Amino acid sequence: MIPPAFDYVRPRTVEEAVRALADGGEDAKVLAGGQSLLPLMRLRMAFPQLLVDTGRIPGLRGSRMEGDTLVVGAMTTHHDVLRDALVRRHAGLLAAATATVADPAVRHRGTLGGSLAHADPAADLPAVVLALEGELVAVGPRGRRAIPARDFFTDYLETALAPDELLVEVRLPSTDGWGFHYEKFQRVAQAYAIVGVAALVRRDNGSIAEARVGLTNMGSTPLRAPTAEEALAGAGDAAAVKRAAGEAAEGTRPSRDTSASPEYRAHLARVLTGRAVLAAAGMG
Amino acid sequence: MTRISVKVDGTTYEDEVEPRLLLVHYLRDRLGLTGTPVGCDTSNCGACTVDLDGESVKSCSVLAVQADGCAVTTVQGLSTDGEWTGLQRAFHERHALQCGYCTPGMLMAARDLLKENPRPTADEVRHALEGNLCRCTGYQNIVRAVLAAASDEEVRA
Repeated sequence: MIPPAFDYVRPRTVEEAVRALADGGEDAKVLAGGQSLLPLMRLRMAFPQLLVDTGRIPGLRGSRMEGDTLVVGAMTTHHDVLRDALVRRHAGLLAAATATVADPAVRHRGTLGGSLAHADPAADLPAVVLALEGELVAVGPRGRRAIPARDFFTDYLETALAPDELLVEVRLPSTDGWGFHYEKFQRVAQAYAIVGVAALVRRDNGSIAEARVGLTNMGSTPLRAPTAEEALAGAGDAAAVKRAAGEAAEGTRPSRDTSASPEYRAHLARVLTGRAVLAAAGMG
Repeated sequence: MTRISVKVDGTTYEDEVEPRLLLVHYLRDRLGLTGTPVGCDTSNCGACTVDLDGESVKSCSVLAVQADGCAVTTVQGLSTDGEWTGLQRAFHERHALQCGYCTPGMLMAARDLLKENPRPTADEVRHALEGNLCRCTGYQNIVRAVLAAASDEEVRA
């Protein structure tokens, strides 16, 4: 299958990229790693007139610390995220979830920023960044702004990014010392999650002091599970964790597709939350 | 049209290409390197896997213009003067193919694994090949061949 024709530019700086996006208007699209966009174009489900290839802009790859915040460049590939010592220490949940994304060849090309900006609710990393309470930094003609992850994902494949804004970095407050686990339920290897659960746990004296639960594919955007999170605070054993995990689907409206009904997805959210939190808390 | 310069299996090519030309079509239709097959055309099967600047990629999910200035190695660039690599020999000796359609992608993905992890376990081999489908379901011998290549210094890829 051959994608529809388009124009292609490969800017050398963020400013050039933003200008190209502004000139291209609604018909321009950022090409990051292309592992979601190019398949969609080949299936003729996306028809951008202009692709702005940001893959070679210097400075958009790699990680650094700013105080207690880990900053990861938007064009950092999944493969590089997995091997990044700072990511592993300060955002272990991100590394754990990234290891489950697609397959090695896709991880060589696909990028963290591309996955977040694509905002597929079945993708693993949006729920992870939501659970990590990250901020997404965008640059546009009107300057630079940081968007909290909870405001970034607005609908199915929709984000708070304007068409002329480029996602440049992801800022993640360090969760060094927290327990973490990403539990993914998929039909076959390499498939999208039917449901995924990202769990972060801070323990105190053997009990869960604070828990965060991010849900993949439980609605048109990634979600948190606030009722379960509240119920998990203070949980001291596996039975208490499983009881609290029973609240994980509260307030969600999961979709129906060939893989699962909404009821089955709700069931998965409860079971997987129990597993993910137990593993994150070291109680499994 | 966009001008590109790509080194493929050691030879540098200069070409004018449409931006929408996929790398796999560039290799097959422009350069005649049909050793890299198109399998699923949906990014799932990995048959079209090649090495792009040292990393395995699915060449159906990369534009030729994205490979501008890069070095590509296809399955046809693995042997030296007709001499197979250890990994290729291991595939041959262990009969790691049935119809053979997935073999170029399997070789390229396995080669990528062995570069990063020269002594993988069987489980690691299976995970590393999860993006490569064999519709004959001949996975047992493929995994055996990769393990054999890894365990034998002489035949190592």
